[in-house]
Amino acid sequence: MSRKTPMGITAQNRVINTILFVVLALGAVVMIAPLLWMATTALKTKAEVFALPPVWIPGSPQWDTFVRMWTEAPILSGFKNSVIVAGTVTIVGSVTSSLAAFALAKMRLPFKNAIFLGLLTGLMIPFPTLMIPQFVMFSKIGWVDTLLPLIVPLLFGNIVMIFFLRQYLSSVPDSMVEAAKIDGASYLQVFRKMIFPLIRPAIAAQFILWFMTIWNDYLAPILYLNTESKQTLQVVIANLNVEYATQRDYPLIMAASFVALLPILVVFLIFQRQIIESVALTGAKG
Amino acid sequence: MSRTTAEPTPVPTAPAAGIVPPDGDDRGSAQHARQAMRRLHRTEHRWAAAFVAAPVVGFLVFTLYPLGYALYASLTRWNGLTAPQFIGLDNYVALLGDEYFRKTLWNTAFYMIGIPIGLVLALLLAIALNRKIPGQTAFRTIYYVPVISSLAAIAIVWQFAYNGDFGLVNQVLSWFGIDGPDWLQNTATVKPAIIIMAVWKGLGYSMLLYLAAIQSVPRSLYEAASLDGANGYHRFRWITLPMVRPVTFFLVVTNVIAGSQIFTEINIMTPTGGPEFSSASIVYYIVRKAFKYQQMGYATAMAVVLGLIVFVVTLIQFRLNRRNSFSID
Repeated sequence: MSRKTPMGITAQNRVINTILFVVLALGAVVMIAPLLWMATTALKTKAEVFALPPVWIPGSPQWDTFVRMWTEAPILSGFKNSVIVAGTVTIVGSVTSSLAAFALAKMRLPFKNAIFLGLLTGLMIPFPTLMIPQFVMFSKIGWVDTLLPLIVPLLFGNIVMIFFLRQYLSSVPDSMVEAAKIDGASYLQVFRKMIFPLIRPAIAAQFILWFMTIWNDYLAPILYLNTESKQTLQVVIANLNVEYATQRDYPLIMAASFVALLPILVVFLIFQRQIIESVALTGAKG
Repeated sequence: MSRTTAEPTPVPTAPAAGIVPPDGDDRGSAQHARQAMRRLHRTEHRWAAAFVAAPVVGFLVFTLYPLGYALYASLTRWNGLTAPQFIGLDNYVALLGDEYFRKTLWNTAFYMIGIPIGLVLALLLAIALNRKIPGQTAFRTIYYVPVISSLAAIAIVWQFAYNGDFGLVNQVLSWFGIDGPDWLQNTATVKPAIIIMAVWKGLGYSMLLYLAAIQSVPRSLYEAASLDGANGYHRFRWITLPMVRPVTFFLVVTNVIAGSQIFTEINIMTPTGGPEFSSASIVYYIVRKAFKYQQMGYATAMAVVLGLIVFVVTLIQFRLNRRNSFSID
């Protein structure tokens, strides 16, 4: 085909590609504009925020906003709490999830598939259906206004992660595991020395995705956390949004919101290839 | 048991794992073998059970038990502090007559309009990105940034962007001579405003999955079609679209499940549920009833209805998908 009209096709292609490039670039501006606007608003003076005609680039950037927000708002404790919750959950939860995935993929266990299917049905039950009984359960043992209700249930493992690790392990030949057992390795050793190094890339990808989910979680934290010093970062910025909007201190709200999404943004930009690949895989496997 | 017969002079050794002590008697050795295997399996079972124990216990304590309790609590009058009082189906009957519940159901369904819009845009984007366009990876990254961004932070900035007087959206519209409304204060515009934001946020994710699906289509398929005289539309209609159907199915299911639970953006952008409750979603109403008014029994009944809706939608879609894939084959 390209042999018949080489010039015609390539010229046509080039025109189409140029048009597409312009459309995609315009789209990219739309995608990034709200975030840029968030960052520039954070650097404006309060007056500039409401100026007409609008001020796009602040006259003298108010870097001070990024300094005063740490003392004027509980951003620091929010950061600390978010790190504690997301860190504990993902580290411990990844261990329990990968051990379970190993057992479900490579070990003999009666009713193994029934167990796996049962766990999967748990995914079909939305959190809002469970949240009221869970809340009352935790309030009975005095865990309301602590980070524990956000951490403890998730330490028992993540079904999605188990699903993907199990899938990943199905490509490992059973004979490898059998051989290791005949060599006298215990199951923990088989896991540590053989399975874990094999599935490490899959664990890493799921770990990052899970960390992002927990870091960005909002519903469960607002149910449980009342005291300011105990709130996670997302709750802190949501409350700032209510409090400071009445004082019209939008620069501070935007600065805090920007800082709240910054860590994940940085992690994403560093690991984007791995993240994008593992997300693309999610769709293929789902 | 070839191992036993192959060894002419049995030397008694400590039985290694998996090896049956040879004793010449075929029936006996088979029995021994079975016993040894059973013993080995028993240790394996024990370890495997220990490894799966955590998620199983977690499922029982944090999913199954609360689910059972929710079913029961939905039949009670309950404030979460004192013991629930059994009232039969009264909560469900009351739901039927609750105009706020109906309104939040309608709003939540309305938000789903964003799903097909988002999927069409995402597919077009993926097709465009699949061509060899300069800056392909940069585009992919930029379109994906809203996906990873905190929904709370995004909702805050969009709430500000929708402000009628000095918000970004109306400032941009004014370039084109359009005098934009106060988006979130207006019953007619509050839901579309939230849909636009949701489409904007989710676009990169759907695009990425579509892109991966399109890239996995063998090029030879397109080339063969072209040789047979298929034009661009034909190739899209008869190759791309069927090939990405599993992804579409996956995205529709996950989006409907997530969409039926929409809460964060509603609670942040319209803390009172919007003008005349016109942006309030089911989960927003559940949270309000349960945690503001302490009507936990009633709220749980709503939560059970929500759970049922999600369950039925998932089931229907699985059914439909199965039928569709048969007709394709």
